[in-house]
Amino acid sequence: MLQTNLEHITSKEQLQQVIESNEKVAVCCGRMGPMCIPVYEIFEVLREKHPDIKFMDMEFDSPDAEVIRNLPECRTFRGLPFTVYYRNGQVVKATTSIQNAKQIKEIISEVLA
Amino acid sequence: MSHHFDVIIIGAGPAGLAAAIYTARAGVSTLVIDQSSAGGQVKTTHQVANYPGFIEPVLGHQLAANMKKQAERYGTRFELAADITEMDLTGDAKWLKVDGETYTSKAVIIATGSSPRLLNVPGEQELKGSGISYCATCDGEFYTGKDIVVVGGGNSAMEESLMLLQHVNSITVIHQFDTLQAEKITADKVMQHPKVSFLWSHEPRGFEKQGERMVIKAENLKTQEIVTLERDGVFIFAGMLPNVAILRNTGLQMNAYGYITTNESMATNLPGVYAAGDVRDKRYRQITTSVGDGTIAALEVIRSV
Ligand SMILES: Cc1cc2nc3c(=O)[nH]c(=O)nc-3n(C[C@H](O)[C@H](O)[C@H](O)COP(=O)(O)OP(=O)(O)OC[C@H]3O[C@@H](n4cnc5c(N)ncnc54)[C@H](O)[C@@H]3O)c2cc1C
Repeated sequence: MLQTNLEHITSKEQLQQVIESNEKVAVCCGRMGPMCIPVYEIFEVLREKHPDIKFMDMEFDSPDAEVIRNLPECRTFRGLPFTVYYRNGQVVKATTSIQNAKQIKEIISEVLA
Repeated sequence: MSHHFDVIIIGAGPAGLAAAIYTARAGVSTLVIDQSSAGGQVKTTHQVANYPGFIEPVLGHQLAANMKKQAERYGTRFELAADITEMDLTGDAKWLKVDGETYTSKAVIIATGSSPRLLNVPGEQELKGSGISYCATCDGEFYTGKDIVVVGGGNSAMEESLMLLQHVNSITVIHQFDTLQAEKITADKVMQHPKVSFLWSHEPRGFEKQGERMVIKAENLKTQEIVTLERDGVFIFAGMLPNVAILRNTGLQMNAYGYITTNESMATNLPGVYAAGDVRDKRYRQITTSVGDGTIAALEVIRSV
């Protein structure tokens, strides 16, 4: 289990349910590593500022995380974490490796505003 | 709207958090601003084994979270994931614009630390995470059985290379000098490894992706000849740079590399402005030395406000 203060996604079914019942969802799929931790923590800060967006995480090594690992948008990714943004159930953006707060804020205003 | 604090601390790494623990505990109203989350480089360090008080190595993100909680406990206010867009540090009343709000204070402690140096060559930013990586523990296994390039010859580059050797088929080290700068014991282990070869006195000039492969162009610094390598990935460990981009036109004195110069009280050339931690011109950059700097700056602020 990831040691973050975000809500965790633990199964494919839960992810499906979350993206079906929330218009805007951001999921950071990673480990407790140096490139992932800053993204979880930036999500925690932005969660306060964007109550309309569901910010969640998912453990990269859990078998069900294949639902993110195998997304076509993540096919060429070779850097953790894989961060996926959904709107109305569809993937609208996916990033690989660490992103800073400025980059994440830009993505939010580009695809989840 | 304007918000006033006795002291504003820029940067929530060990230096900034140590300073905040002291100032807030002394009843000095304290705001800490960070462009990211709290913890600085410590939150991204796997384990810390040399911070006093922990017999067993402590997880970096745990140590960072504890420091933040300790500062919060004494009433420190945090503005995290926040962008400072403008500031004036020259007058008696300092002011900063942060995400459209104005914050004023009597004193400012700059604790913005340092970040990994980017090579700033074409393709580096675009291919981050899709062929270019900065972390062996995070991304090494994506390159299991593959051939990779490591850029750099210092301690991080060599330590990370040893980690990568557990996964990869081969490493070509591209280094700008003729010898490694890493500690001898680590350097020797890499030099003697049969899977490692070296491209001495070379510097990368560009990265491209062709299908699944990375094409790396590197310049021979002695002959200016360009060589082209084809590998599966590139790991870059090219040293650190001070985080001073937002401070360039503030009148702060810096050395030739951009590190802020201070006296032994951490005071800069601007009255009421202090610098602490890795961003300061000094020889040793460690968590303990940053915490020490933050403490000294805080005690000076407490005395003055
Ligand atoms: C991989 C790695 C392993 C390490 N291991 C150890 C170890 O085992 N032991 C040890 O003692 N030291 C270790 N170090 C060194 C140690 O982490 C640093 O010396 C220490 O973190 C420096 O603290 P600091 O507070 O000065 O700066 P930092 O930790 O760099 O923190 C600076 C903070 O300022 C913020 N910031 C930067 N620019 C701005 C801006 N414009 N606006 C707002 N905020 C800003 C950053 O987001 C960051 O949070 C390691 C470093 C690395 C990279």
